Amino acid sequence: MPEMRLLDAIRLGMYEEMKRDERVMILGEDVGLKGGVFGATDGFYAEFGEARVLDTPLAESLIVGAAVGMAANGLIPIAEIQFSDFIYPAFNQIVSEAARMRYRSNGGFGCPITIRAPFGGGVEVHGGLYHSQSIEAFFAHVPGLKVVTPYTPYDAKGLLKASIRDPDPVLFLEHKRLYRAIRGEVPDDDYIVPIGPAAVRRQGTTLSVFAYGQMLHETLQAAGQVAGEGLDAEVVDLRTLRPLDTETILTSVRKTNKAMVVYEDNRFLGYGAEVSALIAEEAFDALDGPIVRVAGLDVPAVPYSDPLAGAFIPTAAKIADAMRRLAAY
Amino acid sequence: MAIGKPKTAPPTRHEALGLSADHLLDMYYHIALARAIDERMWVLQRAGMVPFVISGQGHEGAQVGIMSAVDRERDWLVPFYRDLAACLVKGMSARDLMLGLFARQGDPSSGGRQMPAHWAHPKHKILSTSSPVGTQYLHAVGIAYAAKLRKTREVCVTSIGEGGTSQGDWHEAMNFGGVHKLPVIFMVENNRYAISVPIRLQMAVDDVAERAAGYGFPGVVVDGSDVLACYAAGAEAVRRARAGEGPTLIECKVERLTAHSSEDRQEKYRPTDDIEAARSKDALVVFKHYLEQVGVLDEARYTALHERIKAVVNDATDYAEAQPWPDPAGVTRHVYFEG
Repeated sequence: MPEMRLLDAIRLGMYEEMKRDERVMILGEDVGLKGGVFGATDGFYAEFGEARVLDTPLAESLIVGAAVGMAANGLIPIAEIQFSDFIYPAFNQIVSEAARMRYRSNGGFGCPITIRAPFGGGVEVHGGLYHSQSIEAFFAHVPGLKVVTPYTPYDAKGLLKASIRDPDPVLFLEHKRLYRAIRGEVPDDDYIVPIGPAAVRRQGTTLSVFAYGQMLHETLQAAGQVAGEGLDAEVVDLRTLRPLDTETILTSVRKTNKAMVVYEDNRFLGYGAEVSALIAEEAFDALDGPIVRVAGLDVPAVPYSDPLAGAFIPTAAKIADAMRRLAAY
Repeated sequence: MAIGKPKTAPPTRHEALGLSADHLLDMYYHIALARAIDERMWVLQRAGMVPFVISGQGHEGAQVGIMSAVDRERDWLVPFYRDLAACLVKGMSARDLMLGLFARQGDPSSGGRQMPAHWAHPKHKILSTSSPVGTQYLHAVGIAYAAKLRKTREVCVTSIGEGGTSQGDWHEAMNFGGVHKLPVIFMVENNRYAISVPIRLQMAVDDVAERAAGYGFPGVVVDGSDVLACYAAGAEAVRRARAGEGPTLIECKVERLTAHSSEDRQEKYRPTDDIEAARSKDALVVFKHYLEQVGVLDEARYTALHERIKAVVNDATDYAEAQPWPDPAGVTRHVYFEG
């Protein structure tokens, strides 16, 4: 079974779907000859041609809005937003149009589009305020949308293929720091990973930690650090942020009786708030301590300079400290 | 005595466009039916039977002229909220429209979920639209791009008011349509008011159509009360689109004969003489005169046609009002695909 980087798994997933179904197409900025700024569509232009690997004008609302129309007329577009920080001009097209098309037409029209968006900070080149953001809370709030974010290369390919085949709009968030850092085995057969179920990445008994993307990686490292101290953390990869796998979360909390959520986005009203509310409402009796959120700072965005960025983004060390405090509660 | 060629009358305007008397009567029927439905909707709203009305009165001639040039089965319409007449030409029935007004279960546009005038009909290829203006233009270029890629020979007509042309989505769509020479017709129904904001505060150019040059395709201005001129512009735009020559912007100068909606009082911001002058440029009246001049419409035909319209509107009203409300349990349906 070939081992590959997360980025290569994403590329492979799209490649297989482009080969499998000629209705599938890609549109975005620099996706053509350049193959995307991260190389996710490298080589596609030569193989599939300009019409199906379309470099759009520099206009994000167009990328999503045109995709909505393409989908209405028989295509299955994969819209690439170059950095998630640039998605806001398309916010209206995603929230008012793509996510509501089925509902507002009483099931008459669907919107089978996948919007890929690299997100997150802490990458080597540093992203600063406008190449580092986490945007999931804005969009996971929206009924009609699905929001997915893979951690393993295996999941990246399988979840992306599931997203492309999904009859509804999917926002597929790819943490940039995982692109080249995470390697894993990816079968070259035609499998999918269903949208919805979370995955328990580490079994444990002391406390449960829920995370996704790069923060899952940091959490797993933190769990390794505290393991020698007799603290046995269970780590759950949420993978799909909407719909949320509430059963896996609640089962884990009922087992460990302590819950923590880790996310890179701003803490206030971030994704962890929903997970915390769910646990408080549904598993209150099981809790032996406060639900803890470890998250990005409540400042506008991730700054550029290394020490400033480092102060914003939760690290394995910070998460380990929070684990120790919660375990001792 | 020299024998000359027999004298022939020069062709009438509609003959020159290849339109028969039946075509003209069909166009007139749709304009008059749209007006009658629209007027009935106001009556129902004022009587407290329905909560809200937004109107297309004064725009019907432009819509029917242009939509009469498209293939009603093959082509697409991505409308905006004043396009009642366009939706009728495209295949929606008076009952369909009234079901939306009454927000009943059988409303084909949205099952009673959207405000009135947010039409949709998959079978008639009328795409569902929202209320934020301008978004539909991007859907139209997406549809047209798919038509081109899939070689379906479909044309997509989309429309907007002149206020909507100030939106970024409008510009992005025009630009994309020009870049790819898409089979799309960008219709602008310019009635000079965006709710209350007059055109002098909306744009610095006299005609929206001027902007088409900046996107690399033709922009034409037509008098929206001249149904045949609208048809001619539509026919040429369809020809260009079908031939792969790209988009056309058609700006129809129309009149808004009513307030923006049933929640608006236009007397507050619109001069009285402007409101009155609008009546003289009503396509319904102007087109009727033309049909009388060319002998297509006489009093008997006029009476019969309007009797038929009255019956259709009465039937649609009674039918829609008698339909069941949506089942409250249905509020959670169709958020995602249901298989």
